[in-house]
Amino acid sequence: MNVENALKTARNGVNTEALMGARAALAETPAAGQFTWRAECDWVHGTHSRSTVQGFFGLGAEQSHTRAFTVEADHPPQFAAADNAATPVEIVLSALASCLTAGVAAVAQHRGIQLRSVKANVEGDMDIAGILGVDADVRNGFSAIRVSFDVDADATGDEIAALVAQSQKRSAVFDIVTNPSNVKVTVA
Amino acid sequence: MPRLSTVIIGAGHSGLAMSRALAGRGIDHLVLERGQVGNSWRTERWDSLRLLTPNWMNGLPGLPYAGADPDGFPPAATLVRDFESCAAMNGAPLRTETRVLSVTWEAGYKVRTDQETLSSDSIVVATGACALPNIPAFADDLPAGIAQISPITYRRPDDLPPDGVLVVGASASGLQIARELALAGRRTILAVGSHLRLPRRYRGADILTWMHRAGVFDTPYDQVDDIERVRRTPSLPLMGSDTHETLDLNALQDLGVEIVGRFAAIAEGKAQFSGSLANFCASADLKMNRLLDAVDRRIEADGLQVPDAERSAPTRVPDAPRLTLDLARSGIGTLVWATGYRPDHHWLHLPVFDRKGRIRHDGGVIGDGLYVMGLPYLRSRHSTHIAGATADAEALAGHLAERLPRRHAA
Ligand SMILES: Cc1cc2nc3c(=O)[nH]c(=O)nc-3n(C[C@H](O)[C@H](O)[C@H](O)COP(=O)(O)OP(=O)(O)OC[C@H]3O[C@@H](n4cnc5c(N)ncnc54)[C@H](O)[C@@H]3O)c2cc1C
Repeated sequence: MNVENALKTARNGVNTEALMGARAALAETPAAGQFTWRAECDWVHGTHSRSTVQGFFGLGAEQSHTRAFTVEADHPPQFAAADNAATPVEIVLSALASCLTAGVAAVAQHRGIQLRSVKANVEGDMDIAGILGVDADVRNGFSAIRVSFDVDADATGDEIAALVAQSQKRSAVFDIVTNPSNVKVTVA
Repeated sequence: MPRLSTVIIGAGHSGLAMSRALAGRGIDHLVLERGQVGNSWRTERWDSLRLLTPNWMNGLPGLPYAGADPDGFPPAATLVRDFESCAAMNGAPLRTETRVLSVTWEAGYKVRTDQETLSSDSIVVATGACALPNIPAFADDLPAGIAQISPITYRRPDDLPPDGVLVVGASASGLQIARELALAGRRTILAVGSHLRLPRRYRGADILTWMHRAGVFDTPYDQVDDIERVRRTPSLPLMGSDTHETLDLNALQDLGVEIVGRFAAIAEGKAQFSGSLANFCASADLKMNRLLDAVDRRIEADGLQVPDAERSAPTRVPDAPRLTLDLARSGIGTLVWATGYRPDHHWLHLPVFDRKGRIRHDGGVIGDGLYVMGLPYLRSRHSTHIAGATADAEALAGHLAERLPRRHAA
């Protein structure tokens, strides 16, 4: 199905026209595609912290969300913590699911597929012998992550599988969790 | 030497096709070749290589296949012999052992070679799409003790140090080399990124026959939704053999090849592989089945009496594919970069490149009498196939003839 038909038929609330426009514009001025995302994190108490996001850099200039957003993190009582919020690793899983889900919606819009519901269940396995420093052979992070999508849409099973496959190919968070990145941490 | 109408650089099938098309229009030209005709097939292919395209798709310019085995797959050496017949038959005005060092514009094109300097009204760049291996920058970080080769320099398993081999890339070259190494008894690991999958035969015929019939190769370049993406599509993941066997990740795993994710980085001498293997395999399976669905529809529309559809089993992905590999400690002696190819146009000293260093062209027309041939999806998907060069050459020769000064009009 071509783009024009697709835009006419599906109502998933994703402005693919604008996204395709952005893609065409970037081919002309690749520098505008350089973004820097930021978060500022304040320690609250114990393992409780609060991150704030608002400004970011992109399209060649400083930009801003319409307002500041906060993301809190803590640990549950099983870790002898106050459980004020989700754990950071659950936030990573949520970020992965959100990124893939947004991708499914965008790809569906582009392909003219009407979605009725999309639900992702994410699980990450972790042996905490790693973070506790009990066993040097155990890594700190997830040993495996599973995402299971339940999609109800006007499409065949293969078309839905293709949506989910394409959303992984274009997902930033999927790339972040499946590939190494250089991380530099400094002290001011 | 008087100014020529056209200089063609490269005597592969693309250059020979253009030579024939120009000769047919009475346009004077020279073909410059750094080696002998069909040089790539003489010097840049491994020993066992057989074409993955059947004979009927490999007809050289003016020399369509007329043998008894149109569905057979010739070895590279056979193609080289055909190249010699083709050049002789067409009487191509060839200068072999003549390497082009630069092309510049000085009130006309100046072609400087290691023999002489020529001037010309127009230039056809036919130096091949697969001149250089595409090797990621982090290759420099590999431990020194590991031999690094590419499909252009690989010849045979025995040349490699006697250890295991990491083959990077699961397109035709990587799959074929991994298979040969596994059959030679080497421990072989294959790093798999974005790739395609095809059965060799389907419903009683070669898959390329069906793709042809379903019109997959025909869409002209200016009617493709996203030509940049299509031009990046990896090569057809096939191999040519007498038994018409299918070459895919399942077949390789049956031979003992270990598959891992995309080679993403090197850290402290360890190769790191992406965790995206399952998705790349699922995508390849989905794309294969979409193509076969299209073939099924064509078979039905044409009312063909052929065997029922039989689909390949889904690609088997290990439950927990390896994410890191300590290259030195795990006995890997060689790394084969089968990560694709790119052209080598560094001698073209003209402002015709995009920011990624690729020639900007419109179906092979660069502008001002400059043309390029043999690039992926130049004018259609046929452009990549040997027999596809004839149509491209005809179209471009027509364009070229129209803009030549009158004195050359035949
Ligand atoms: C491993 C491999 C297997 C392939 N298998 C198949 C297959 O089975 N079927 C198929 O259809 N296609 C196949 N291809 C793809 C394609 O057909 C070949 O790459 C083909 O060689 C391209 O033809 P060409 O004429 O465009 O370029 P080439 O055959 O590469 O010819 C370019 C010529 O230009 C010459 N040259 C380069 N630079 C200069 C210079 N500066 N001065 C003078 N001369 C120069 C070279 O020596 C060469 O002879 C394969 C490619 C590879 C790499």
